[in-house]
Amino acid sequence: MAQITLSDLAHSYVHNGAETGDFALKTLNHVWQDGGAYALLGPSGCGKTTLLNIISGLITPSRGRVLFDGVDMTESPAEKRNIAQVFQFPVVYDTMTVRENLAFPLKNRGLARAAIQARVALIAEMMGLGDILDRKARGLPADAKQKISLARGMVRESVNAILFDEPLTVIDPQLKWELRTQLKSLHRELRHTMIYVTHDQVEALTFADTVVMMHEGRVLQTGTPESLFETPAHTFVGHFIGSPGMNFLEAKIEGSRGVINGQCFPLGASYRTASGFTQIGIRPEYIQFSADEGLPVVVKHVEDVGRRRIVHAELANSPISVSVPEGQFFDNTMARVRFMPDKINIFVDDWRVQGEAL
Amino acid sequence: MAKVQNNRAWLLVLPVLALVAFSAVIPLMTVVNYAFNDTFGNNQFFWNGLGWFEEMVRSERLHAALGRQMVFTGTILAIEVPLGIFVALNMPKKGFWASLCLVLMALPLLIPFNVVGTIWQIFCRIDIGLLGRAMTALGVDYNYTNDPLDAWVTLIIMDVWHWTSLVALLCYAGLQSIPNAYYQAARIDQASRWDIFRYIELPKMSGVLLIAVLLRFIDSFMIYTEPFVVTGGGPGNSTTFLSIDLVKMAIGQFDLGPAAAFSLMYFLVILLISWVFYTVMVARDAGETR
Repeated sequence: MAQITLSDLAHSYVHNGAETGDFALKTLNHVWQDGGAYALLGPSGCGKTTLLNIISGLITPSRGRVLFDGVDMTESPAEKRNIAQVFQFPVVYDTMTVRENLAFPLKNRGLARAAIQARVALIAEMMGLGDILDRKARGLPADAKQKISLARGMVRESVNAILFDEPLTVIDPQLKWELRTQLKSLHRELRHTMIYVTHDQVEALTFADTVVMMHEGRVLQTGTPESLFETPAHTFVGHFIGSPGMNFLEAKIEGSRGVINGQCFPLGASYRTASGFTQIGIRPEYIQFSADEGLPVVVKHVEDVGRRRIVHAELANSPISVSVPEGQFFDNTMARVRFMPDKINIFVDDWRVQGEAL
Repeated sequence: MAKVQNNRAWLLVLPVLALVAFSAVIPLMTVVNYAFNDTFGNNQFFWNGLGWFEEMVRSERLHAALGRQMVFTGTILAIEVPLGIFVALNMPKKGFWASLCLVLMALPLLIPFNVVGTIWQIFCRIDIGLLGRAMTALGVDYNYTNDPLDAWVTLIIMDVWHWTSLVALLCYAGLQSIPNAYYQAARIDQASRWDIFRYIELPKMSGVLLIAVLLRFIDSFMIYTEPFVVTGGGPGNSTTFLSIDLVKMAIGQFDLGPAAAFSLMYFLVILLISWVFYTVMVARDAGETR
């Protein structure tokens, strides 16, 4: 168990990328607290896996340092770091039985036979592999194989951290939910530091206490799932999180008032006038339709997604989506929207600015 | 939609049947004819039943040739398979050197068999051959034309030179298809180099390896041209393998009856062994995807 510190880390896959600025991972400082459950969230190709492989030692970063409890581990190889990692696609040793697969990392570290047996039995039980322990891994279905990979990641007791690289990609949706819940409860029991890479916001938000949001090799925001939802630090975070994502509308800000197309609306805080491209960001969940109050919109179409309806509309020629909860009245006569003032975020040149409380 | 059974569809197979009949079945039938009949010329045949087969099964000469054949095939498999794996493991994975290796290794496979024989025949001659002269100069008593052991060593080295590439290239293809995550996982599990080979690389390339062994088995079991060019089966009969013996019998001595019986049994043995290989491979693949 250890606290993992990344200090001024950057990585480029290109030979002389450091000079040309061709970075897969841009300069990054981060501390992974011991025992935390983290999600590394971002679209494909944003550098999540690179970051993970740097932590586990499969990649040596071009720049910066990796510290485990303050000890510099930047140059030490994966074998020496005492890290467990689970990959996107199942990695099992085909010719071994499930039991031998789970015991393998322990055997290689010279644990006593009895200790290995006890640990394997415990983890197999937790992962629901008890019934197939003596089957050959070859020939098992993909989800069982991935369970083996997950269990092999979890089997070592004293690891510094367990890294998951989109481990549920090959799993069916139903089982996915089940396994995620299992991982979560394993985390509560074992208290290992877990870092979970995913591009699926639901996975990230349900698994993690802290979400690290990445985009184009940069960490945009680190925080609780709630803070990413309520106060995204960057417009991309607002877009990415939520379904549909946050609405962004170009607006003028005058103190505690916003102005779109000459129409005013109140904000939850007061802002100094800033130079740059100014937008307001408001979640579809925090917009209400009204017959006579607020800004005029043109409704384009309505999408029924079960427990709520998503209304796609246009406000001053910009698209806007509004979430209407089940049971709330809505019809075509309601051509105006009201924003909940506390829930409005202000972005200047894509970055969120903090207002002063009123 | 229910499948419609229409047995007239079998008619579509007729052209292929006709083609195979003319190219393989009918020529084979002449061999069958000779195997079960005796003739004193004039195209007059006398029924001989299993006579030739009995003679061949009891033939000391055939036993000796079969023994030599098995030793030869066993030896080259025992050398080429491990060597091929070893070469494949040590080939560069990508880039210029990988391409260069692939081209260089493919070269021996592209040379016609009799040319391979000629190359080694000349290369090993003690009067003008580079290797033969060098050995003699070094004081080694080497002469493949009159020492059976030297002849064997020469043929085995020639076959290894000619065919190890095939095994290596197939294994290389098998190795290339292993996702990087396996190696990364092995590092994280602290697997040793031997463990990686034993538990990842060998199981993952066992499929292509089986094909390599099958191909090398069939080919070497039927080997004719190269040893014929280099040693002609000699000295004495020491390198007379099955095919060479068969040709000697059929064309040298014109014993067409025994030779025909011999070739039919030869054919059936190879067919049987290939079938066993095939069954093993299919069963293995079924186990994989179950």
